[in-house]
Amino acid sequence: MTDPLSLDPILEPHERGRLPFNEDLPHDERFEHFEAHVIAGGKIEASDWMPDEYRTGVLRFVEMHANSELMGVLPEREWLMRAPTLRRKLALTAKVQDEVGHAQLLYRVAEDLGKPREAMFDDLLAGKTKFHNVFHYPTKTWADIGVIAWLVDAAAIVAQQALRDSSYAPYARTMKKICWEESVHIMHGRDVVVTLVTGTDQQRAMLQEALDRWWGPLMQMHGPRSPREKDRDLHWRIKAKTSEELRQEFLTIYVPRILELGLTLPDPELRRDDATGDWSYTEPDWQELRTVVTNHGPKSEERLEFRRVSREETRWVRESILRAPAPEAAA
Amino acid sequence: MTSPENGERMIDEGSPVVGPSLEPWEVFRREKEGDPMRHGGSVMAPDAVLALHYAREMFGRRQESVHLWVVRRNDIHDLADPDLLDPPLDRSFKKPGGYVMRDKLAAARERSGQAKPKARDSKAGDTKARSAKPRPAKADER
Repeated sequence: MTDPLSLDPILEPHERGRLPFNEDLPHDERFEHFEAHVIAGGKIEASDWMPDEYRTGVLRFVEMHANSELMGVLPEREWLMRAPTLRRKLALTAKVQDEVGHAQLLYRVAEDLGKPREAMFDDLLAGKTKFHNVFHYPTKTWADIGVIAWLVDAAAIVAQQALRDSSYAPYARTMKKICWEESVHIMHGRDVVVTLVTGTDQQRAMLQEALDRWWGPLMQMHGPRSPREKDRDLHWRIKAKTSEELRQEFLTIYVPRILELGLTLPDPELRRDDATGDWSYTEPDWQELRTVVTNHGPKSEERLEFRRVSREETRWVRESILRAPAPEAAA
Repeated sequence: MTSPENGERMIDEGSPVVGPSLEPWEVFRREKEGDPMRHGGSVMAPDAVLALHYAREMFGRRQESVHLWVVRRNDIHDLADPDLLDPPLDRSFKKPGGYVMRDKLAAARERSGQAKPKARDSKAGDTKARSAKPRPAKADER
């Protein structure tokens, strides 16, 4: 039998299926085919040819997401031993495990784009790559855990749901799994919040105080408004929505759910225009966002240091894995 | 915690790796009994044993899988040649949708003098006839 892989192509590049950019063509022609494919809603796999701009764009985006999952467990980790009941402790432990699992899945996606995991850890710890603003802040009370699990995860899931349609298919598939797990976290967080709201006056006040503190970072989380046509991640369909679209979506879903609990939001300007459906709000403090994500937040350095120490402490595990004789050789 | 001796040197100086190196393993999972194995994602591991441990942590820690496979990515042979898989030729004769006979059927019925039967009646009749067919008893199979 003839090996099908040894056959010469019988079709002209432009006739060969929907992925002519995988053919041996001059770079600019490939680029055009690639761009047309992606803009028309086509998907890209790790094994496909891709322009450098696309590869680095996806890599930067996924790496930042992976970093945020990894660093995002540290504020919650601080409460594992202080959770008020056994069931809360189990749920929080499972959430922490999930988030680290998401980091693993996302670093795997990024590795396939060509950057080794050790290099990604090097860059994270050296401050060359970033993680989300909300994970640079302290957790002061148990109510913070409810607010993080409910509202930080909700703000994140609004963005992540839109990423299930990313043009980079391995990322899109991973986001489907991650969104499914995040939906559990939101229920867990909302349950913590509703429990505190229906508790003592002190518990209620503690929750309101946490919400007041987290509202600023939550409003900054999706980033400043930027024109759609200038955003290269949107151009390549790596992501689907602008930061303002995500913030509006978050407000539309969650403000009513917060207010129905009798809680207040610390923004006198926050209101929805009944005609357009758009929310107006006090301009978030973008200087604070810039300060925090460049690792000058209240807990940035402490959390990075925690990662540095734990990386050193676990180095021997990674090295012993690499040193162990292969099972075949040992047999 | 101290790191094992020479550990640092082994990684940093790029000396020949004594043990295996990490490589990607593709993970397939069966969600529930009777389902096909579906691709779930991948893990980095030096061998199948550790790949399975990672796969369990990543894809089976909340009872979402009843069976897992790991396959070394390098052991997968693939074919994506559009000459063979997606030629621009009409292949509709290979698919049920390639046969559209509504008008011809109407003409045939008209010619034979039979009114068009109500779609629902004819379907119900078919189902009845099929389910009336004797099935092998379970005892016979044993």
